[in-house]
Amino acid sequence: MHHEAIRIAGPVTTMSGVVDQLYWFLVFLTVLTSGLIIFLMLFFAVKYRRRPGHEVSHVVIEKTGLIEAIWIGVPLIVFLVIFFWGAKIYFQQMQVPAGALPIYCVAKQWMWKFQHPEGKREINELHIPIGVPIQVTLISQDVIHSFFVPAFRTKMDVLPNRYTNLWFQVNQPGEYKIFCSEYCGLWHSLMQGKVIAMTLDEYESWVDRGKKEPMALKGEQLIAKYGCWQCHQRGSTIASPIFDGLYGGKVHLSDGRTIVADETYIRESIVDPGRRLVAGYANVMPTFKDQISEEEILQLIAFIKSLGVSPGPASSEKTP
Amino acid sequence: MNEHPDKENYLMAGYGWRSWFLTTDHKRIAILYMLSITFFFAIGAFFALLIRLELLTPAGDFVSSATYNRLFTMHGIIMVWFFLIPSIPSVLGNFLIPLMIGADDLSFPRLNLASWYIFMLGGIFTLISILFGGLDTGWTFYTPYSSSYASGQVLNAGLGIIISGFSSILTGLNFIVTIHKKRAPGLTWGRLPLFIWAHYATSLIFVLATPVLAVTLLLMIVERTLHIGIFDPSLGGDPVLFQHLFWFYSHPAVYIMILPAMGVVSEIVPCFSRRKIFGYKMMACASLAIATLGFLVWGHHMFVSGQSVYAGIIFSLFSFLVAIPSGIKVFNWVATMFRGTITFSTPMIYAFGFIGLFTIGGLTGLFLAALGMDIHVQDTYFVVAHFHYIMVGGAIMGYLGGIHFWWPKICGRLYPKGWPGLSALLIFIGFNLTFFPQFLLGYMGMPRRYHFYPEEFQALHVLSSAGASILGVGYIFPFFYLAWSFFRGPRAEPNPWRATGLEWKTESPPPVHNFDQTPIVTEDPYSYEEKP
Ligand SMILES: [Cu+2]
Ligand SMILES: [Cu+2]
Repeated sequence: MHHEAIRIAGPVTTMSGVVDQLYWFLVFLTVLTSGLIIFLMLFFAVKYRRRPGHEVSHVVIEKTGLIEAIWIGVPLIVFLVIFFWGAKIYFQQMQVPAGALPIYCVAKQWMWKFQHPEGKREINELHIPIGVPIQVTLISQDVIHSFFVPAFRTKMDVLPNRYTNLWFQVNQPGEYKIFCSEYCGLWHSLMQGKVIAMTLDEYESWVDRGKKEPMALKGEQLIAKYGCWQCHQRGSTIASPIFDGLYGGKVHLSDGRTIVADETYIRESIVDPGRRLVAGYANVMPTFKDQISEEEILQLIAFIKSLGVSPGPASSEKTP
Repeated sequence: MNEHPDKENYLMAGYGWRSWFLTTDHKRIAILYMLSITFFFAIGAFFALLIRLELLTPAGDFVSSATYNRLFTMHGIIMVWFFLIPSIPSVLGNFLIPLMIGADDLSFPRLNLASWYIFMLGGIFTLISILFGGLDTGWTFYTPYSSSYASGQVLNAGLGIIISGFSSILTGLNFIVTIHKKRAPGLTWGRLPLFIWAHYATSLIFVLATPVLAVTLLLMIVERTLHIGIFDPSLGGDPVLFQHLFWFYSHPAVYIMILPAMGVVSEIVPCFSRRKIFGYKMMACASLAIATLGFLVWGHHMFVSGQSVYAGIIFSLFSFLVAIPSGIKVFNWVATMFRGTITFSTPMIYAFGFIGLFTIGGLTGLFLAALGMDIHVQDTYFVVAHFHYIMVGGAIMGYLGGIHFWWPKICGRLYPKGWPGLSALLIFIGFNLTFFPQFLLGYMGMPRRYHFYPEEFQALHVLSSAGASILGVGYIFPFFYLAWSFFRGPRAEPNPWRATGLEWKTESPPPVHNFDQTPIVTEDPYSYEEKP
């Protein structure tokens, strides 16, 4: 049986060493504190045990307030240090670096389906280059799953109604286990896969091999197939928002709110168009909920993205 | 003094089934609860046994995946809602609260009996769900799996939990009113035993959090049966909303399990150290602080579920803050022992076990509260190990410690020396061997709820299963020596431990109406220095 290692040791990604530093600090703190408590407890238990000749103390401890202030204050300071340390790592993990290589993942009971922007698709295996940040955009087509690579020290839940993202930058070529870590039904424990990290050259030749059409091109074909151009075009008889520069731009909604058109919003506008309607347009678009697959929606989004990204706050990266 | 204690005590007040099943005596209701939750514990433990047997090998070869998923679900549901949540409050709280405050019963004795019947009705629904094949949603019922995908007895189990929740709410209400209205003359708030304070704080959570659980599970059931979109996106719902609602109850529920155990330890430690509890006021305030802050941390279960980064920051900060009052309690117990006169009685051995294991459980909670660390260990065996240290190492140790401490009061009999100590030792060793390896498994990346697992994890799983068998043996001993004690044990005096507290001022077992005369309290609690 082919068998890839969990590869838990070593700084496999740029972040895994950072997480491990906090881990070992917390291990040290746990051993030190629980060791101290247990030692004191047993030491007192033996030293003050009831025995012939043991003198009963009637001394009342003064200044309990001061003592208690110490054991509120010291833990508070230590806790705040850990809090900021953990929060700093969290920010880094949740903030996808600019220019990360996008990979799209659709999870379903019980497999992982990946699409590369160049068009290559794979199941339960994810080929990536080392040395560059990789952004995985996740969506589920059924229940909640969670994308977890222990060696990378990162995971993110995969939701059925909106996109979540995670990123990593692998330093060493190798194979790394992917687990589904959110219980998702019968074969949850077999919903495993592997990341295959290779050098950039190897990756590029892998992507070129058996070349497929890029996602954006497929998206364009889908838009023709589903007849989206009939309305979503300048000068169309039915006024509809146009796609150019839509991605990442501000959208004014009919309920007065202003949001950023991120992947989740574009997806929602395809499967549930009336939910967050753009101001000034009628709710006339039919839903494509059961006619279009999650993979196809991702291709449509890739195409819309290829039409130009609005300057301004990049959206999805900030709202994991 | 009473000439004929045998004729008077609550155990002798009637022998027919009606005298038990229609009783309104809080002490008899406590016994009903004790027998019921012991029964549920045995079922939950049986499921745990099967789980540990399955995990001896990486291949899922002992039971099928469908069965395995049902086993961990039903283990969780039974242990959480039908053992841990009712354990100390319903048994020891019911028995002791009126005795400790010098009252003849709870404020609403018939409501108390009704609470037991409601609890059993919930239990019957859950047992029916098990007998008809069980369910595989996990005890957390995450949507949309539970509401739209899972087959099995989700409806019956959900209803069982909702119903048993009303038992919690009514018990909490009864305790709050009793503690307010039925204290003996002189028993001011500043003189209440910490066991009472702990139960007061727990009751607040019972009353405020449990309705949210009922509503949440009801919404899940509505979606499942009527297909009204609430949580399932394909019906227009939001699955993460379920998690918010569920943890709004289920994090405070952790404190329902641990606060009463802290109350027990706060009674045991001063008694066997012959010292006044260190920092009484701070201990009482810490219980209330835990109950309050516990409502503000639910989002720490959702750091990787797509919640906003800023919400995560707030929930992380509050999670660290709630650890402070728990820390105060641990430090104060140890400080109470300083310069004391310590005896290694069985309850004290359990209290040592509690303090040690709760400390480890609490400190490993810091890993999960720290955002960047939680990303890695969330949903792994690290979490499983952490909450078993709190729930099994903490709550069950506290429950057993309390049972051994008040057993002479409950039954009027003593238990033998030796066996209980051996049993406590086996439980301690077995527990650590079972759950410590799970921390390592979690850090290495072993996800929870896995039927098949990679071979690298086998050695630690075998250790864990070996530990579980020792733990199981340790749990069997008390059934025998306590049963022996109940029928044949030497008679106990009213106060065999020479403890303070009003419950020790009446006969063992207490008469039906607890006290011949309403006691009058004239001293502070835990004045052990005067009674070495
Ligand atoms: Cu899964
Ligand atoms: Cu929690």
